[in-house]
Amino acid sequence: MPWGQGGNGGGGRSPAQMMTKRERRNLRIGLTFILPWLLGFMVFTLYPIGASLYYSLCDFRVVQPPHFVGLRNYTALLHDEYFRLSLYNTFFMFLELPGAVILGIATAMLLNRAVRGMPFFRTIYYLPSLVPVVASAMLWLWVLNPQHGLVNGVLTKLGMTGPGWFTATEWTKPSFILMDLWAVGWAMVIYLAALQGVPQQLYEAAELDGAGPWQKTVNVTLPSISPVIFFMVVTGMIGLFQYFTQSFIVLVAPNTGPENSGLFYALYLFYNAFHYFRMGYACAMAWILFVVTLIITLIVFRTSARWVYYEAERG
Amino acid sequence: MKQSEARASAPVTFRRRSKVRVLLGSLVYWLVLLGLAATFFAPFLWMVATSLISESQMAQASPTELVWIPKPMAWANYPRALTSFPFLLYLRNTLFICLLTVIGTLFSCALPAYGFSLIRWRGRDAVFLLVLSTIMLPSVVIMLPMFVLFRALGWTNTFLPLVVPPFFGSAFYIFMLRQFFMTLPLELSDAARLDGCGDFSIFWRVVVPLTKPALATVALFTFIGAWMDFMGPLIYLNDERLYTLALGLLSFLGKYSADWSGLMAASTVVILPIIILFFFTQRTFIKGIVLTGIKG
Repeated sequence: MPWGQGGNGGGGRSPAQMMTKRERRNLRIGLTFILPWLLGFMVFTLYPIGASLYYSLCDFRVVQPPHFVGLRNYTALLHDEYFRLSLYNTFFMFLELPGAVILGIATAMLLNRAVRGMPFFRTIYYLPSLVPVVASAMLWLWVLNPQHGLVNGVLTKLGMTGPGWFTATEWTKPSFILMDLWAVGWAMVIYLAALQGVPQQLYEAAELDGAGPWQKTVNVTLPSISPVIFFMVVTGMIGLFQYFTQSFIVLVAPNTGPENSGLFYALYLFYNAFHYFRMGYACAMAWILFVVTLIITLIVFRTSARWVYYEAERG
Repeated sequence: MKQSEARASAPVTFRRRSKVRVLLGSLVYWLVLLGLAATFFAPFLWMVATSLISESQMAQASPTELVWIPKPMAWANYPRALTSFPFLLYLRNTLFICLLTVIGTLFSCALPAYGFSLIRWRGRDAVFLLVLSTIMLPSVVIMLPMFVLFRALGWTNTFLPLVVPPFFGSAFYIFMLRQFFMTLPLELSDAARLDGCGDFSIFWRVVVPLTKPALATVALFTFIGAWMDFMGPLIYLNDERLYTLALGLLSFLGKYSADWSGLMAASTVVILPIIILFFFTQRTFIKGIVLTGIKG
């Protein structure tokens, strides 16, 4: 990692006492520079993490002071069918991750050519991910409108009957997935940069071995960009656990979709905190999310060595 | 970027293939490229088209009919949509929050980024790992106790909960700026130090001028982030006079949920500035995404 260069800078030229003096000075200046972050870390990170852990062990309805109840919130969550449903709905959304990886890489490969007008196409593909979530949620509410929407209009032209999308229980989550995939441009830009970083010699070597385009993709491109795929999948999972704004707007809060089919984890957490004023309960959910995030990150990092190829490991 | 593009595309050779197959291949390529472009862009066109359909026409429209070019164009939808909620007030609120967020983030991220890159001090890399580890932290863990705290301070229904935290650093942008600062040669700051420059003047006179593009990237990202922010305003701003555009759009949806042309007109007005901003800042933008995305 590139930041390993610090620490013992200066070498052995100056006498030890001079070093300590300089080191002390550097330490003081260094800490001065990071002071804004340091204060922020204590007030806006450490304090809330601790406080939410404490609140999660309390019956806390915001207007009254918290009242310690031990693990009661956590045991209550185990028996809360809506909690389980929100977990199911969130895991269901994980289905979009393979879609996002495939679509992201496919579009990136499509755009990784020096063809006339390429900047224009890149812009078009990227544009949807720029749309503010509030606006894109409204746009998709209209695009997927069962009667007058764009998608069902096109389907009707093709002689098919479109589903009820956000208004049909089994189509709610696929609708959200569709909406998310529209904004795949952000991932595409990252994959595009990764593709351009693949050493050209690898392709040349593969060609000498008689590899076709498909074999080159599977044996050269994908292994080379696997660290990026890995990064996108991890952040994607963590992001889905915090899936909020889209569902809040599309389902018109405080509704949660037909038969609660759009009750996602973060949405249920939000309602607990700000509609039912069960702050302790919501904090317990937040802490579970925190631990789950930690576990996902750790598991994926641990197992990644098996399937992720880092260039540095070669040497 | 240009060079690597050329490199990447050069070896697309079709050995031992007939001309017909090459032609067919490029035909398929263009069909897919154009087809996907149309798919990605269609919702935008649809939004603008809908925003120009008059209310009466909207009422008559048969369910399956797709209107791409409304006749006549009902431009009046725009003034109607923008006057049905205090658009200018919300715009001003949003811009105010965006501005303070940008200033705060630049200040509170550039200084620590310097401290984490161009000064060597004991424990620096361990502390930086701490910074990195907070990037993954789910925001809800932070959000609920902060709400309780800000509420106790009487800060709800003010902009303070939205504009004060940016002045205390954001792990993501510190990381991003540090990556930029690391590319500066260390000799530069060493030379300035030999000339008797203190670290603050090195920061201000050497680093800031040299990393203007990086700072611009952070400014751009934070601006767009604040422009889009929904959860923060939703929690803290209840007074309608303090609403941001995002909240205004939401309340518009609540009040006139059947007025699709008005909604789409309002959405167009909210989306447009971002798209225009993007067109003028594309390079900065893409560089920033790539730097943070890859090195993450």
